[in-house]
Amino acid sequence: MSKMHVKFTLNGQDVEGLAEPRTLLIHFLRETLNVTGPHIGCETSHCGACTVDMDGKSVKSCTVFVGQADGRQITTVEGLTNADGSLGVIQEMFREHHGLQCGFCTPGMITRAHRLLQENPNPTEEEVRFGIAGNLCRCTGYQNIVKAILASAEQLNAMKEAAE
Amino acid sequence: MIPAGFEYHRPADLTSAIGILQEHGDEARVVAGGHSLIPMMKLRMAELGHLIDLQDIDAMKGIAVGGDTVTIGAMTTQHELIVHDGLGAALPILREAALQIADPQVRYVGTIGGNVANGDPGNDMPGLMQCLNARFDLTGPDGSRQVAARDFYEAAYFTAREDEEILTAIIIPIPAPGTGSAYIKQKRKIGDYATAAAAVLVGDGTASVAMTNLADTPIWSEAAGAALAAGDIDGCAAAMLGAIDPQEDMRGPVAFKKHVAAVVLRRAIDSALSRRS
Amino acid sequence: MKDEIQTPADRSANLKGMGCSRKRVEDVRFTQGKGNYVDDIKLDGMLVGDFVRSPYAHARVTAIETEAALKVPGVLAVLTAKDLEPLGLHWMPTLAGDKQMVLADGKVLFQGQEVAFVVATDRYAAADGVAAVEVEYEELPVVTDPFRALDPDAPVLREDLAGQTEGAHGPRRHHNHIFTWEVGDKEATEKVLDEADVVAEEMVYYHRTHPMPLETCGCVASMDKVTGKLTLWGTFQAPHAVRTVASLISGIAEHNIRVISPDIGGGFGNKVGVYPGYICSIVASIVTGKPVKWVESRMDNLMSTAFARDYWMNGRIAATKEGKITGLWCHTTADHGGFDACADPTKFPAGFMNICTGSYDIPVAYLAVDGVYTNKAPGGVAYRCSFRVTEAAYFIERMVEVLAIKLGMDAAELRRINFIREDQFPYQSALGWEYDSGNYHAAWDKALTAVGYDALRQEQAQRIADFKAGKTRKLLGIGLTHFTEIVGAGPVKNCDILGLGMFDSCEIRIHPTGSAIARLGTISQGQGHATTFAQIIASEIGIPADDITLEEGDTDTAPYGLGTYGSRSTPVAGAATAMAARKIRAKAQMIAAYLLEVHDGDVEFDVDRFVVKGAPERFKTMKEIAFASYNQAIPGLEPGLEAVSYYDPPNMTYPFGAYICVMEIDVDTGEHKVRKFYALDDCGTRINPMIIEGQVHGGATEGYAIAMGQEIVYDDMGNHKTATLMDFFVPTSWETPHYTTDHTVTPSPHHPIGAKGVGESPNVGSVPCFSNAVHDAFRPFGLVQSHMPHDQWRIWKIADDLGLHG
Repeated sequence: MSKMHVKFTLNGQDVEGLAEPRTLLIHFLRETLNVTGPHIGCETSHCGACTVDMDGKSVKSCTVFVGQADGRQITTVEGLTNADGSLGVIQEMFREHHGLQCGFCTPGMITRAHRLLQENPNPTEEEVRFGIAGNLCRCTGYQNIVKAILASAEQLNAMKEAAE
Repeated sequence: MIPAGFEYHRPADLTSAIGILQEHGDEARVVAGGHSLIPMMKLRMAELGHLIDLQDIDAMKGIAVGGDTVTIGAMTTQHELIVHDGLGAALPILREAALQIADPQVRYVGTIGGNVANGDPGNDMPGLMQCLNARFDLTGPDGSRQVAARDFYEAAYFTAREDEEILTAIIIPIPAPGTGSAYIKQKRKIGDYATAAAAVLVGDGTASVAMTNLADTPIWSEAAGAALAAGDIDGCAAAMLGAIDPQEDMRGPVAFKKHVAAVVLRRAIDSALSRRS
Repeated sequence: MKDEIQTPADRSANLKGMGCSRKRVEDVRFTQGKGNYVDDIKLDGMLVGDFVRSPYAHARVTAIETEAALKVPGVLAVLTAKDLEPLGLHWMPTLAGDKQMVLADGKVLFQGQEVAFVVATDRYAAADGVAAVEVEYEELPVVTDPFRALDPDAPVLREDLAGQTEGAHGPRRHHNHIFTWEVGDKEATEKVLDEADVVAEEMVYYHRTHPMPLETCGCVASMDKVTGKLTLWGTFQAPHAVRTVASLISGIAEHNIRVISPDIGGGFGNKVGVYPGYICSIVASIVTGKPVKWVESRMDNLMSTAFARDYWMNGRIAATKEGKITGLWCHTTADHGGFDACADPTKFPAGFMNICTGSYDIPVAYLAVDGVYTNKAPGGVAYRCSFRVTEAAYFIERMVEVLAIKLGMDAAELRRINFIREDQFPYQSALGWEYDSGNYHAAWDKALTAVGYDALRQEQAQRIADFKAGKTRKLLGIGLTHFTEIVGAGPVKNCDILGLGMFDSCEIRIHPTGSAIARLGTISQGQGHATTFAQIIASEIGIPADDITLEEGDTDTAPYGLGTYGSRSTPVAGAATAMAARKIRAKAQMIAAYLLEVHDGDVEFDVDRFVVKGAPERFKTMKEIAFASYNQAIPGLEPGLEAVSYYDPPNMTYPFGAYICVMEIDVDTGEHKVRKFYALDDCGTRINPMIIEGQVHGGATEGYAIAMGQEIVYDDMGNHKTATLMDFFVPTSWETPHYTTDHTVTPSPHHPIGAKGVGESPNVGSVPCFSNAVHDAFRPFGLVQSHMPHDQWRIWKIADDLGLHG
């Protein structure tokens, strides 16, 4: 099968490469571009470990062909770290509130939380639980993840206010 | 969990997409969000030579809320249905149902067109479209035609759509003012298909009732709707129970599903009645 | 110096030692996607392997055609049993003393069994190769029911064992029988049962499930033909044991094998076993001269690697009419699947199932377990529990409830009058264990008070009245559990795996500037070892935890240890850590005394320094002592400040807890809602409360899944029905309950820091608690026992069978 040329923006940088059309975005990211933050947990679009942000939407990159991503803007967890290398707010709140254990679901979870808070900067606990229901975690029982996301919302709002 | 190889196409307009379908026949499939098709391809239960990505076809996008009808482009995602400003007022049941489909990530990419066109008895939208008496716009090499949702589903994964046709839009009549509606779905967890789900509309002397994942097609029962329109809830439930044909699966045995179908239906009726004005 | 004006409390806080909720050092890389998991490993020229798996549960393999596969672009090799046989690697020993096919040798015994291994340039080519291999099967009759498997005319599953009447654990009495394990006094127990006022009898089934860590199992094998050294990265919960086993079965000298467990995305028991993928990857690397990666898909994982539970526990419990338990009898039929690949200490073929007397003072007891082969996947691992403790806890906590029903007693009160009393510790159980410490009554009373138990019972009574009056269709269940764990395997005198004693280890090196590195024989899979073990060292020798690097998982550098499972890291390696630290502290004391020109006995340890007794202004900090140790601190004394400890625990530890669940149940749909879940844990000394709480949340969520829907199901043909996350229940944030955590502290008297371990308690305790809540809701209507998982249709079925649907 001949390869196709693929080009998109990844964490603010233009990237391109050749891939078979059947290549799944998660494999292209991890194996061709060496961006290994997004993980593979189920392959049937249930677990959300492979979640990336594509044109402002959280998507499961195990269920996207690389051609479908051509021309898009993609952000992975790697893109949520501050420019100076320090942890972004959500990353920091996950650490602060023990919102992770083995770390395997964490990149997808944080990427999803990022989009959730962009869309709903003041979520209730229930809205957070509903909003991250596409991401499975086997370690934390979600309680501290929810806490971390609520704390992130508070922190991000305070920063926004301070900037205004 | 690796699909077999195929050629990828991303046509810019509908004519090109239909051209590719014509050229490759049943070797080709169109893909919208892909969350039904791609897992099947990864399991190699669906193998195809040509995949036609419809994402660039602007004519298949958008929501138009008119006076009598709502027209929804097939490429409209569940997420767009949920966040659309005017849709919630015109067809609150659509948002209510969309929120119960899959999970956030899937709703961002899963489209209403894919949901209704695939013919998967587990999908939520087909039953709802039957309840709402929606019509589907199908465009093929010979032009466009409309098929009523109530005539569209033939068996699991078999529909009235011809191989060379693409389902481009959904036209939904807006229920009369004061009509109450409800979509209730019992499932095991977020992301699951329905154990049983009911879509109910109740207006002034009118009603429509459909159920999901209780047969190999969605079930809209004219008799159930007529009974409910006449205020006969027991008659409505009896008619619907007579129409469904659930199969045992991991969600439970047939007797359980029938019982739950009746419970879910009655709850949806109660809810719709309470929302009627 | 600035720190001279700090109070001891300030100095202590600076250490971030034991007892503080130190933030995790692991998280900086994990939150940025910079973890290094096995599938992140990429080596030059690396190949990928993938399995052809059996679609049948029991069949003869009559032909394997690989020619077409070898023509697929990118496919380099296809291994079958025939290729492995000359190397003696077509079968491998299991951890339970049985053997298992690496690749199908003439027949297959479960659906999903490994038949051929395709090696290709990447995973896409490997998958194409798998699809191109043609295998001919001849179907054989299938047995999925362990009771049917023991019928005289049952199909013979293990033809390789024909005529073998002696197994790894004693006599085999049937062609599908693996072992019988008996503990306790059968005769005395049966006498008590015969003469008792009251006997309750019940079959308690703990269904088959799976640990399902979010990361599947996998490895990368790299044989360097120049150096002759094999490096094996993998998702191993016990890297040293893997090295030894790999050496024993491959014949490669152990010093030429380096096993590395990188970051592991959860284990929960799934990653203890040795799997065909590891062997095939090693062989493929040797054959091709290239590194070979193998990573399971989720379906592979749920179908082939390490299920858990599947115990049919038939129980009888005797009591006086006042409710004092007088005896316990249990016969368990254990479904092990096609091979006995349980991961238990050698002398315990049913793990620590003999902790099944639980938290109760039961004078006499008897336990027998029969292991049976069926056409299901092998495994039987401890899914977040210490070797069948979860099964034992579920059994006794159900039996106590069944007895309460028989006696017409409140189940909380029945537990209270039977608890082992505080003054009975150390307590010798009827089935042979010595419980180290506990205060069950105090924990129980605290829990009942915290949830307002009496008020809950009143609310429940009102609910029942309302239900009977037709005012509601929802019932209220109050689930109770008091569990006793047995963890920290274990004393070498009775715990080994394949002859390797289950000690553990820690090596600490203090650097000249006063920072340190510590290495352990364990391996974190999310437990936060790099954070907590540094806290132990910080408290023991007064070096800030932030100045201590902690490493695990590389067998070339870490001291030998048996790994992380069975809640053994803190009880065993944690103890080794404290002991190694104390060796360092002892040497530091000598150096400090010398530098302060006093006798050794005249200085004492004070947080982060040694001070002259009675003259606290005269001291040497650990930083100063460390630097001095690299010079001629004491003439003649060996330079440096390092220590290693191999710790063989004198006993197991016995964490315990009191859990209470309040659950609403919809009688008509079978749906439920957990209104409250209260978890009181006593894990002895608490090292990091934040991490303990996180462990409880996670373990209880796994327990929730197991109790309420998570199962591995086979149909009568042996088809696996739950191989994806659509049907294998893993709850999302939406379904998962909110937890209230609490604790008491009863230190272990024999552990250097009094810690007992906590990781598995919440799984052990929560499963019976959720299940008891379901049972309790229906108790007023006559329910005695109903099997888990309590998914919607089974709850509906309970109500239907009780006539609650009118």
